[in-house]
Amino acid sequence: MTDSSSARTHEPVLIIEPGRSEKNYWSDLWRYRELFLILAWRDISVRYKQTIIGILWAIIRPFLTMVVFTVIFGRIAKLPSDGSAPYALLVFAAMLPWSLFSNALSESSNSLISNANLIGKVYFPRLIIPAATLVTAFIDFLISFFILIGMMLYYQFAPGWQIFLLPFFMIMALLASLGPGLWITALNVKYRDFRYIIPFVVQFGLYVSPVGFSSNVVPEQWRLIYSLNPIVGVIDGFRWCILGGNSPIYLPGFLLSLIITTFFLWLGISRFRKMERTFADLI
Amino acid sequence: MSDIVIKAESIGKKYVIGHQAERGGYTALRDVLMQNARTLWKKTKDMAKGKPIIQGDTMEEVWALKDVSFDILRGEAVGIIGRNGAGKSTLLKILSRITEPSTGRVTIKGRVASLLEVGTGFHPELSGRENIYLNGAILGMSRDEIRLKFNKIVSFAEVEKYLDTPVKRYSSGMYVRLAFAVAAHLDPEILLVDEVLAVGDATFQKKCLGKMGDVAKEGRTVLFVSHNMTAIKSLCSRAILLDKGQIGNVGETGRVVSAYLQEGTLSLMQQVWDDPATAIGNDKVRLHRVYVTPLNQQPTEPITVETSLQLAFEFWNNLPDAVLNFSVVLYSFEGVCILNTASQAKTCSIGLVCGSFVIPGNFLNDDTYTVRLLIVKDTSVPIIDVHNVLTFEVQDIERGSNWYGKWIGAVRPQFDWVLRTGHMLP
Repeated sequence: MTDSSSARTHEPVLIIEPGRSEKNYWSDLWRYRELFLILAWRDISVRYKQTIIGILWAIIRPFLTMVVFTVIFGRIAKLPSDGSAPYALLVFAAMLPWSLFSNALSESSNSLISNANLIGKVYFPRLIIPAATLVTAFIDFLISFFILIGMMLYYQFAPGWQIFLLPFFMIMALLASLGPGLWITALNVKYRDFRYIIPFVVQFGLYVSPVGFSSNVVPEQWRLIYSLNPIVGVIDGFRWCILGGNSPIYLPGFLLSLIITTFFLWLGISRFRKMERTFADLI
Repeated sequence: MSDIVIKAESIGKKYVIGHQAERGGYTALRDVLMQNARTLWKKTKDMAKGKPIIQGDTMEEVWALKDVSFDILRGEAVGIIGRNGAGKSTLLKILSRITEPSTGRVTIKGRVASLLEVGTGFHPELSGRENIYLNGAILGMSRDEIRLKFNKIVSFAEVEKYLDTPVKRYSSGMYVRLAFAVAAHLDPEILLVDEVLAVGDATFQKKCLGKMGDVAKEGRTVLFVSHNMTAIKSLCSRAILLDKGQIGNVGETGRVVSAYLQEGTLSLMQQVWDDPATAIGNDKVRLHRVYVTPLNQQPTEPITVETSLQLAFEFWNNLPDAVLNFSVVLYSFEGVCILNTASQAKTCSIGLVCGSFVIPGNFLNDDTYTVRLLIVKDTSVPIIDVHNVLTFEVQDIERGSNWYGKWIGAVRPQFDWVLRTGHMLP
C-alpha cells in the first residue's frame, strides 16, 4: 500500500505497531533538540525560584564541603597532598567532578518520575528528559568552577597545558552519570524503591571515591581494582588537568574507568530503550 | 483510492491486572510471611527480566481496546464517543504514540499533534511568556514558529497584561485560556483532541469550538473525543462509537449519537433473587429485590439530570422483632461517595420488609452511579453490606446555554435563584 497512495510523497508516513523499534529513533531525537533545550532551560530557571540567595547555593555547598574535607583529611588525618599542590586545591579539584557527577546522577534518575505528567500526555523520545537534567548539573558545575579560579589566584597556582584537556573529563563525568542515571530512572518508573537508593549511593560514593584524599594514598596493588569505580578515573583526570605535573595520571586505572563508563552508558541506553515503550502505561 | 490519512487495522491494547485470591478463615502470620517471600522472589525475577510487577495471586488480561479498525479521510472531523472506560482515551494515546498497541497496526500520513490535556507541562513558577514557549515546544512547535505566532496566542488568550506574572498567580480561567491558546495555534495536518473543552467559561468555549471548526474547515483532519454530544454534533461530520473497547457504531454523527443515547448498557437497574435459601445475604437477612426506576416518564426514555428516580429494596428478615433500618450510599463512576441516606428504624417481624425513596430530578449530576446497600440493626450494627447492588446512568440534557463543558460538582441541584436588577433588598 505504500506506493498506491503516495500522491503526496512529501508527507511523513508513520507506522505504529507493537514492538516496532523506532528505526528513526535517533533522527527523532535530533528533531526534538529544541524540546531538550527548553526542558533544560526550564529546570535551570525554576531551580532557584523563591530562594533568597538563589544561585549562591551552587557555590556554597561545594565550598563548605571542601573546607570540611580539607580540615578533616588534610589537617586532622594529615593525609599527603599530590606534589606541592595545596591540600584545599587537591580537594576542590575532586569536588568539582564529584558534584557534577552526583548532581547529574540524582537528577537524571528522578527525572522521569518528576515529569510523569508529560509522559502520559505527549509523545517525544523519552531520552530527552534524563539528558536535559545533565545541562542543569553542568550549569551548577560552571558556577562552582569560578571558585576554583578564585582559589588558584589565591594560592597563586598556575595550571599546566593539561588544563586544555579538562573538557574531555567533564564530558566523561557527564557520561559516567548518564549511563546509570538512564537505567535507574527507567527502573524508577516501575519500582519506586530506586529513588531511596540514590541518595544513599551518592552519600556513600563521596567517601569511597577519592574526593577528600588523593588516590595515591591507595596502595599500589589495589589501585586497578579501585578504578573499577568509574569516578576514580574522572577525578584523577581532573586533578591531572588542574594540578598539572603534581598529580600524574595512573593510566591503566584510567582506561579501566573509561571502559566501565562506556559499558554503563551502553547498558543504560539499551535498558532505557527497552523499557521506554511501557512508561506511559506504568507511570 | 480515496485519501486516507489514518488507517487503523485491528488495533488492540491489553493490560494485565492482578487479583488477590480470597482466602477463607483467618490468616496466619506464617502464611503472610510465606506469601510475601514468594512474591518478593517473583518480583525480583520479573525485575531482572524487565517485566512489570503485577500484584496479586491471579492475573487477568483486560483488553482496553480490541480489534478496532477504521479509516479517517483527509479533512474529516470525526468524533469519538462512548462511555467511561470504553477505550476512547486509550485509542487517542495509541494514535499519538504515547503508548504502544498490543496488536494491530496504524498508518498515519502527515504531522500529528495531540492535545490530550490543556496546559501539559505548564510550570507554575514560570511566567506566561515562558510557559508559551515551554508548552509550545512540548506540543511540537519550533521556537521560530512560536515566536511568529506569539502575538496571536497572547491576544487569543487575552492575557496581555499578565505575560510576565508566574502562572501560579493566574486565575484558573486565565490559565486555561492561555493553555488552550497555545494549543489552538498548532498547525498539524492531523489534530487529536481529548475532552479539552471541559474547562473554561462559556465565551471562551465558544471561541475554542469556533477555532476547532476553522481547523477542520482548513482541510485538516480532527479526531475529537468528548462526552459532550452537543459539541460533537456541532463539530463532527462522522462519529465512531466505542463500546467496551470495540467499535459499536460508525457513521453520520446525528445517527450514531442518538443511537448511543438510547442504549443503557452499563446499567443494572434491577436485581431479583427468588429463592430465600440462596439469595444474597446471610442467615439474618437475605435480599429479595432491588431496583431503580425513573418516575413520570416512559421506561424506554433515557434517565437525564431532570429525571426523578425511585430506589426500592426488599428483603427477607429472619430475625424476630429486630429494629432495622436501611442505609444507602451512592457512588459516582470514579468511586467518589456522593451521598448517604438512611431510613428511620422500625421493628420488623420475620418476613418480607421493603423500603424505598425518591431522588428528585434536578439533583444528581450527569454520571454513572453505583448503589451500596446496608441493612442496620438497632441503628448501629450493619448486618449486611452489599456494594454495587444497582448501577444506573444519568445523562446530560441538551442545554439551552452556550456553555458546553461538563457541569462540575458532585450534585447539580436547581435552586430557586432570585435575579433582579438593582440593589439587594435588606
